[in-house]
Amino acid sequence: MHKKTIKELSSALQNKEFSSEELVSFYLHRCELHNADLNCFISLMPETAIKQAKSADKKIQNGNATPLTGIPLAHKDIFCTNGTKTTCGSKMLDNFIAPYDATVVTRLNKAGMVTLGKTNMDEFAMGSTSETSFYGAVKNPWDIDRVPGGSSGGSAAAVAAKLAPVATGTDTGGSIRQPASLCGITGLKPTYGRVSRYGMIAYASSLDQGGPITQTAEDAAIMLNAMAGFDERDSTSAEKAVEDYTKNLNESLDGLTIGLPKQYFGGQLDASIESVIQAGVKELENLGAHVKEIELPNSELSIPAYYVIALAECSSNLARFDGVRFGHRCDDPKDLTDLYLRSRAEGFGKEVKRRIITGTYVLSAGYYDAYYLKAQKLRRLIRDDFRKALEDVDVIIGPTAPQVAFKLNEFIDDPISMYLSDIYTVSVNLAGLPAISVPAGFANELPVGMQIIGNYFAESRLLNIAHRFQQATDWHQRSPEGFE
Amino acid sequence: MEWETVIGLEIHAQLATKSKIFSGASTTYGAEANTQACAVDLGLPGVLPVINQQAIEMAIKFGTAVNAHIADKSVFARKNYFYPDLPKGYQISQFELPIVGHGEIEIQLTDGSKKIIGITRAHLEEDAGKSVHDGFFDNTGVDLNRAGTPLIEIVSEPDMRSSEEAIAYLKKIHSIVRYLKICDGNMQEGSFRCDANVSVRPKGQDELGTRTELKNLNSFKYIEQAIEFEIERQIEVIESGGKVVQETRLYDPNKNETRTMRSKEEANDYRYFPDPDLLPVCIDQETIEAIRKELPELPEAKRDRFIKEFGLSEYDSDVLTSNRDQAEYFESVVNAANGEAKLSANWVMGELSAVLNKSNIDITQSPVSAEMLGGMIKRIKDNTISGNIAKQVFEAMCNGEGSADEIIDNQGLKQVTDPGAIEKLVDDVIDANPDQVKQYQQAPAEKQGKLIGFFVGQIMKKSQGKANPQQVNELLQEKLK
Amino acid sequence: MSLNKSDIDKIAWLARLSISEEDTPNYLHDVSNILDLVETMNTVDTENIEPLAHPLEITARLREDKVTETDQREHFQKIAPAVDNGHYLVPKVIE
Repeated sequence: MHKKTIKELSSALQNKEFSSEELVSFYLHRCELHNADLNCFISLMPETAIKQAKSADKKIQNGNATPLTGIPLAHKDIFCTNGTKTTCGSKMLDNFIAPYDATVVTRLNKAGMVTLGKTNMDEFAMGSTSETSFYGAVKNPWDIDRVPGGSSGGSAAAVAAKLAPVATGTDTGGSIRQPASLCGITGLKPTYGRVSRYGMIAYASSLDQGGPITQTAEDAAIMLNAMAGFDERDSTSAEKAVEDYTKNLNESLDGLTIGLPKQYFGGQLDASIESVIQAGVKELENLGAHVKEIELPNSELSIPAYYVIALAECSSNLARFDGVRFGHRCDDPKDLTDLYLRSRAEGFGKEVKRRIITGTYVLSAGYYDAYYLKAQKLRRLIRDDFRKALEDVDVIIGPTAPQVAFKLNEFIDDPISMYLSDIYTVSVNLAGLPAISVPAGFANELPVGMQIIGNYFAESRLLNIAHRFQQATDWHQRSPEGFE
Repeated sequence: MEWETVIGLEIHAQLATKSKIFSGASTTYGAEANTQACAVDLGLPGVLPVINQQAIEMAIKFGTAVNAHIADKSVFARKNYFYPDLPKGYQISQFELPIVGHGEIEIQLTDGSKKIIGITRAHLEEDAGKSVHDGFFDNTGVDLNRAGTPLIEIVSEPDMRSSEEAIAYLKKIHSIVRYLKICDGNMQEGSFRCDANVSVRPKGQDELGTRTELKNLNSFKYIEQAIEFEIERQIEVIESGGKVVQETRLYDPNKNETRTMRSKEEANDYRYFPDPDLLPVCIDQETIEAIRKELPELPEAKRDRFIKEFGLSEYDSDVLTSNRDQAEYFESVVNAANGEAKLSANWVMGELSAVLNKSNIDITQSPVSAEMLGGMIKRIKDNTISGNIAKQVFEAMCNGEGSADEIIDNQGLKQVTDPGAIEKLVDDVIDANPDQVKQYQQAPAEKQGKLIGFFVGQIMKKSQGKANPQQVNELLQEKLK
Repeated sequence: MSLNKSDIDKIAWLARLSISEEDTPNYLHDVSNILDLVETMNTVDTENIEPLAHPLEITARLREDKVTETDQREHFQKIAPAVDNGHYLVPKVIE
């Protein structure tokens, strides 16, 4: 069962080859079996999952099913799920039972999906390795001595190890695409505003975007159909109508123009990765695409601009964790100040504190213009670079990450190196564009992802290209040893 | 040395929306603690703010009413600080691009002089919750019902030179926001609050002195007292060789003094930045014009019209227009009373006002509608009843006994104007009181006026107050000659 | 950008994070390094460039003034660390 895509599972459920309850029990069993090795789940939810599966079976029986009814999924533990623990990978929320559902959760519940559990992640989505979690590091199924990437590492590892056919993730600076790349699966970051942020615990509000982590582009399209859409509870949600993202999957790539940014190749890019990407691009040329070299002159500055903006926003977004209304509260606070200082010092991990402190600093009196305002100006330059490039080409292609999965603990005390590894992903968030990472080959026996960046709301085109690529290649069908 | 006082005011007016500025929770005052604090107001993880359109419109109304520039693009920013009544750890406010820019209003002082006071800006923000210090032993209780209530903060220029000017300005703003029906103006419940920035400088000096900010000023009286106290205090500090410290001071109405709350050194670094959860609010010229067109007549214009149209005194017009509901009630009374303005003014400001005060209710809850009161005044005017009987009728109306006409009919209060009937009453009283008649006739002319009152009284008593007093008077004077 | 210990103390206070004496040098080191990275921004002239706060540059959609929320105090206070009589509790605040 676990080798099936959700598309295949859906028809099996419709044809009564097995019930959702059987499917869900199977996956729950698989999760229990492998989670100890991978640590990709923070919570498993067997009871509610079986309940949901039974109700999904009824819907299928009555002919009220959607293509997602009865399909199990895992939610990144950043999405609030009513009545269940939602930790965001933090001690701060270790006791937090969310009192409401995130809009994404509501929408997927409504589609009839079954939640297997909540996946592990970098604390408050701050990290690129999924090691900063209060619940311990997630392991990469391709090599359990390596990280799965982050921050949606638990979701990516779970899908790669086939502990869940699909998972949700969030992407602030690459947190869906980079772990998808490092785990050999498909990860889509939609256009900013396409998927509601309501109930998704905020890291950096102007950059955060939820999306699906799947085995195939086709599954991502099916998922996006259910996840995307206007939400009146999110002021930044796009009012633009949602299209059927599965409709154009098989469109021809004839006449497609691909831009290859000069700045993305050479330099710090590992040669073995570069050759995987070049081969991927060749494949797309075989499918009818043309290639053009383009310029994204301010690429390199996306890292500092991104970190200033993300850290500034996070320092404010995380002020609500004060031990008063929910979450961790220190024992016996002697006064109000003590309550704040200790609850927050005890509740947050090191990387989160590092980011809050830096973010507080860049907003503080006398530094705002030099850091925050400057970063916002660069943000415009970076966005304009993309806009200009996308006037000449349909999509931009490059690597998702400059390297394959790193060893556990490799960067734990070297935040700067970790930040620099986000070079190809953060600019997309600054610009608010959609992008997808698809498996494109291997380097040193570890998966390598190819990133396809599109114009605003061009998810359909991205999924079409990714799907055609996956029809022509089998990288996305490879499974890590031990999880076949 | 002669000193000059410089005062600037920051007014916080709660906007009278049904729901909060960023959430769908109710803004009703006085609910049980935390029953009107939804997930957004509580700052739960993952929730997001959405701007209330009505709050924006109310801010535009205010801006147009004070002839201010309305920003075509305004931005909400986060003001970051920690406090238990501030659930998110930041207040959503406006900083660089407020919705209302520079405006001004004219105030009138008791000596009749007028002065223009500048308004620097007015911006929208969310109110904080409330801390309750009593009843929780070693703890403070936090009630977040008020958190997220829309506020407009109106910042004046430091244009006021005395507590009298400050109060006149404050009252003017108070009356404008109530006229616009954007704030109920209730100071006790905190829907209209004020902080005052006060400094002194030697007369003639251009440079401003060091200012202090006075807080906890929740009535016009306290504001006046606090400012007066603070002026004295600052002058005393300087004259005894000291320096005024820039700080926030709390007014204590029980001791009538201000005391240090926090000094500038402890001041926060608020780290304002545009709220990334919200997008800029853009307002086009058409929207502003549409709102401007629908602005009600403001107190000043109304007052001038009352003087001109109704021939009322400046004083009466001022009192009647001090509150929009009262002014509107008055106009309805005049309408129902066939244009009888002076009498209507007397009744609204006199008897009606007394009844409302006594039961501590608002004119909108008056037991006597404007139409009913006007109907009664019509009957005074056409001599159906006398002013005295009218008091009786009015009381009956207050008790819900019906309209003036019904009461007059039912209780037979119609004035006696038939000359024959009045003559008979007069004759009867003269015949029954020969001694008083003699006394009257022997009295000097200047005392007769007083003595005739006795006869009028007797006749009124006999007629149960219904005899037309004017006719009675005339006939008496004739017959007693 | 060289920060000193008192900068870290000041920022940690603004952010209400207690940082131990022994951890301060680590934060000092890490934050200084991040700021050094960030300062590469200065290699580009951004004079006359308007800051971009939001990728899509659209304007706010406004909500109708309607009460849509009901009382959920009990539900929300189930997860609160300390409540009494419907109030959230904090150590006594002296004004």
